[in-house]
Amino acid sequence: MIDFLISPFMDYVFLRRALMACIALSLGCGPVGVLLVLRRMSLMGDALAHAILPGAAIGFLVGGLSLPAMGCGGFFVGFLVAILAGAISRFTILNEDASFAGFYLISLALGVLIVSTQGSQVDLMHILFGTVLAVDKISLIMVTSITTLTLVVLALIYRPLLIECFDPGFLRVIGGRGGIYHFVFLILVTLNLVAAFQALGTLMALGMMMLPAVSARLWARHVWSLFLLSIFFSILSGYFGLLFSYHLEWPSGPAIILIAGLIYGVSLIVAPFGAFKQQQGSA
Amino acid sequence: MEHRPSFWTRFKKTHSSIQYIEGGVVSINLQNVSVKYPSNSILSDFSCYFEAPALWAIAGPNGAGKSTLLRALLGLQKCNSGKITFQGLCPCDVAYLAQQNQLDRRFPLTVGDTIAMGLFREVGLFRKYTKGQREKMQRALERVGLSNFAKVPLQALSGGQFQRVLFARLILQDAPVIFLDEPFAGVDGRTIEDLMGLLQSWVKEGRLVLAVLHDLDLVQDYFHKTLLLARHFYRWGNTIDVLTKENMRAAMAASRQWEGEIERI
Repeated sequence: MIDFLISPFMDYVFLRRALMACIALSLGCGPVGVLLVLRRMSLMGDALAHAILPGAAIGFLVGGLSLPAMGCGGFFVGFLVAILAGAISRFTILNEDASFAGFYLISLALGVLIVSTQGSQVDLMHILFGTVLAVDKISLIMVTSITTLTLVVLALIYRPLLIECFDPGFLRVIGGRGGIYHFVFLILVTLNLVAAFQALGTLMALGMMMLPAVSARLWARHVWSLFLLSIFFSILSGYFGLLFSYHLEWPSGPAIILIAGLIYGVSLIVAPFGAFKQQQGSA
Repeated sequence: MEHRPSFWTRFKKTHSSIQYIEGGVVSINLQNVSVKYPSNSILSDFSCYFEAPALWAIAGPNGAGKSTLLRALLGLQKCNSGKITFQGLCPCDVAYLAQQNQLDRRFPLTVGDTIAMGLFREVGLFRKYTKGQREKMQRALERVGLSNFAKVPLQALSGGQFQRVLFARLILQDAPVIFLDEPFAGVDGRTIEDLMGLLQSWVKEGRLVLAVLHDLDLVQDYFHKTLLLARHFYRWGNTIDVLTKENMRAAMAASRQWEGEIERI
C-alpha cells in the first residue's frame, strides 16, 4: 500500500516537484475558482485560459519552453483580451460572454498557428496539454509566488469582493469602487491560469479551478468552507492524478483533471446539494 | 435591462448631471431631466421635487420609466440633459434596494453576513465588528422579525424572509434617503404589512423614502405622496390628487401609445 501511495514520490524528484506544484496551484486556484463560480464568470475564465495561448506562444518564440517567458507573454495577452472583450461588450450590442467567445477562438487559432509554424508538434502538445512532470525549480518558485500573492490579495479585498459578487449594485451605491475589485480579481484569475498552464496546458488550466470549485459548491454552504473544500478537492485530484499517471503511464494533465471530474461526478450524486438531494438541501 | 453590470460600467461612479449641495433641508430636485435610449426616449423634460420627511410612491404602467428614474437618481443611468440636485446629502447618504430577482438567493452567505454589508462603510476592509455593531445588527434583525436568523443560510429563506433580510441591511445603512424598487413583488400580505410599518417608522425618523410600486391599492392605503409616471406623462403630489380617474386614463393611454410603437418596430 505504502509502495503504491508514497514511494513513487520518494523515488523520483520530478514527481515530488510535480506534487509540490499541484499543491501550490490548489491553494491559489481553489479560492479563485470558487469566486469565479459565485460571480458566474465560468465562461469568462474559459475564455481567459484560451487567450493565454498566443501570449505563451510568443513567449515560446522568445525564450523556448520556459515557464517564465511563456507565463509573462500569457499573462499580458490574457489580460489584454479580458479588457478588450469587456470593451467590445460595452460599445456593441454583444454580451460579455459572446465577445469573450469570439476572442478566445481567435486567440486559440493564433496561438496554435504560431507554435506549429515555429516549433515542433511536441512543443505544441506541451503548450496545449501541459507538462507537470517537467516542472523545474524556477517554475516551482513562480507557481508558489503566484499562490502566495493570490492568497494575500484575496485576504486584503475579501470583504468588498464578496459584496461585489453578491450584489454589485449595492457596493456602487454605497460608494465603494466595485470596478477596482473586479479588476484585481481579473488579474488574479489570469495569474492563476498562467500558473496552472505549465501543469495542465492552456486547454485544461481552468479544470484545476472550476471542477473542484463546482464540486465544493455541492457540499458547502459558506464561502470559507467552499474555499477549504475546493482546495482539498484540488489537492486530492493533483495527488491521485499524479499517482495514476505514474502507475498506469497516463499523461499527467488529463489524469489530474479526470480525478477532479470524478470527484465532481461523485459529488453530484451523494453531496447534500447534489442532483438527488436537492429537496432536502433547500428545505 | 442589464442583469449584472458589465466590465466597464463597474468603474463608473456617478454622472455629471448629479450635484450634491451640503446643508439645508434634505431634498432631491430634478430639473428638466431627459433620459433617452437608442430606440426611444423614456423621460423628457421631467421635473419633480422630493423633500424629507416623506413617503413617496412611484407608480405607473410597465415600461413607464420608473426603474429608469431610480437608476438616474442613483447615477447608474446617464441623463441626456437636465440636472439632479441632492440637497443636504453626500453620495453615500443614499440607500437602494434593487429588484429582488437581481440577486442570487442561493449565494452561500448567512443572514448575518448579508446584513453586515450594511455596515461596510463603518467597518471598512479589515476591522472586526464591535460589540455595539453586533447589537445594532441584532436590533435590525428584531425590527424585521427575524431575531433568531443570524446564522441561517440565505438559501433556506422564503422570498418574504429574504426581503426582510434586505430591509434589515437597509436599516443598518442608516441612510437619510432610501430608494426601493418593487420592494413588495412576490411577498406575502403579512410581510408587506410588517415592511410597510418599517417604511412608516423611517419617515417618522425624518427620512425620505421613494418606492417604485405596482400595486395601486397599496399606494392608496399607505402612501400620502405619489408620482404617477408614464414616460412623458407624469403627475406628482398628494396621492388623492394624483391617482384620479382622469390621470389614470391618461397614463394608460400613454402606455398604449408606446406599446404601439414597439409593435411597429
